Amino acid sequence: MYRVLCRLLLVLLNILLYNVPAFGAEGGAVTCDSGNTAWMMISSALVLLMLPGLALFYAGMVRSKNVLATMMHSFLAMSVISIQWVFVGYTLAFGSDKFSLIGGLDFLFLKGIGPETLHGDIPLYIFVMFQGMFAVITPALISGALAERVKFSAFFIFILLWSTLIYDPIAHWVWGEGGWLYKMGALDFAGGTVVHISSGISALAAIFVLGKRKGYLKEKLIPHNLTITLLGAGLLWIGWFGFNAGSALAANTSAGLAFTVTHLASSAAALSWLIYEWIHQGKPSALGFASGIVAGLVAITPGAGFVKPAEAIIIGLIAGILCYRAVLLKVKLGYDDSLDVFGIHGVGGIWGALATGIFVTVGGTGLLSGNWNQLGVQAIGVLATIVYAFVGTYIIAIILDKIVGFRVEDEDEVIGLDQTQHGEIGYNM
Amino acid sequence: MKKIEAIIKPFKLDDVKEKLTELGVQGMTVSEVKGFGRQKGHTEIYRGAEYVIDFVPKVKLEIVIKDDIVSKVVETIEKYARTGKIGDGKIFILPVEEAIRIRTGERKEEAI
Repeated sequence: MYRVLCRLLLVLLNILLYNVPAFGAEGGAVTCDSGNTAWMMISSALVLLMLPGLALFYAGMVRSKNVLATMMHSFLAMSVISIQWVFVGYTLAFGSDKFSLIGGLDFLFLKGIGPETLHGDIPLYIFVMFQGMFAVITPALISGALAERVKFSAFFIFILLWSTLIYDPIAHWVWGEGGWLYKMGALDFAGGTVVHISSGISALAAIFVLGKRKGYLKEKLIPHNLTITLLGAGLLWIGWFGFNAGSALAANTSAGLAFTVTHLASSAAALSWLIYEWIHQGKPSALGFASGIVAGLVAITPGAGFVKPAEAIIIGLIAGILCYRAVLLKVKLGYDDSLDVFGIHGVGGIWGALATGIFVTVGGTGLLSGNWNQLGVQAIGVLATIVYAFVGTYIIAIILDKIVGFRVEDEDEVIGLDQTQHGEIGYNM
Repeated sequence: MKKIEAIIKPFKLDDVKEKLTELGVQGMTVSEVKGFGRQKGHTEIYRGAEYVIDFVPKVKLEIVIKDDIVSKVVETIEKYARTGKIGDGKIFILPVEEAIRIRTGERKEEAI
């Protein structure tokens, strides 16, 4: 009775006020489902919680003179990309398809969307918010690679350009109806390709322009407070339930599966990183444990709704070791990915996307069931994202560097970004 | 009057302080310091990158005492700061020319 009334009221309001249909994208009579809507609002808030989590995770790993600047990168993205998203980002990602590459401008500034507009059986506004949180966290992830030397003003412009030119198109390829990877059947449940491969690869491209921190591999550029890094990793773990289980877009069995495998993969990866490092370096480190948590969460992201618990644990165990080895590469090859965005998000994301093609058993078949095709499709998605994100980000970074300068002056870098970029100090003790 | 400067392992401070007080030492100044000697530093590893930390945390004790208890004080510090492992620290003995208690203006041994 309540549902009927609710729907009647919505239809009436729509006709009176907005003249937009209260039906979902699939058509037919769909009403707003209170359970799903509640879960999606909570999930959106959980994904937003990942940003202070990420801010703490990163801030603990930098030197104390850069603690505020590092946290501000994540906080800035929360506001700047949220505005960008409703202005142009959402429509570029989810607007009507153009050439399978990009969304049209039909939802520019959320034009035509009202409080009663539905996406499936949840308010479209909530779908916009939920997807917007993903757009927010992705450039914030990149900031870890640029930490301790990027100029604040340049970072501001960088995330706006990057989100519009790199993130939104890739999100459309994978999730937008009509996107070419979507049509090809690429599986990316919660953004392994869109969020993690894209940010990890872009981080690598950006640091080739930005250059190394002063004193890299000569001075002690060591973490100043690993307690907040652990706290941040814990918040990321919690927020990731919204990220992955929320990607079911409903409070249903798929969300239940995603919730479970997300938890197991991060547990497994934290353990494998810890033990592998213990054997390799002689000590089980707290930073290693925290890094393993994130590596596992990244790796399970694309397969969260497609694999079962046992496979999730295997994906996590391998992710912990793989990302640890990838992080060691940095020192060997001499590039300065300050906080290992490539090593964890890039490598973890690529592994997760391929692992989905191997281990998928729910809603599809993978290599384990003899289906090579899915792994092939996953590989194409990975390759396309790597090429587009790398080339695109490299061009953005070069132009930005020429026009405004990507990094701070040498002296400012030595004094610290908190004082020189923000006029503040993190700790007055 | 002599000044004893002793650099010792931080966890030995409580023992040493207690025994010195029992000897009749009435005051001391303690600082947390960092340095290295033959012990050298230690290594820290962050995500596989190894850093050698040269300076090891130690505690520096400064005590000014009358000449007649110097040997007892030194013996006590030696005994209670020793672990037998490298890095136990060092004791220095310096002559003191003058001591003044600011509140009363007392001089020499009266002031310590």
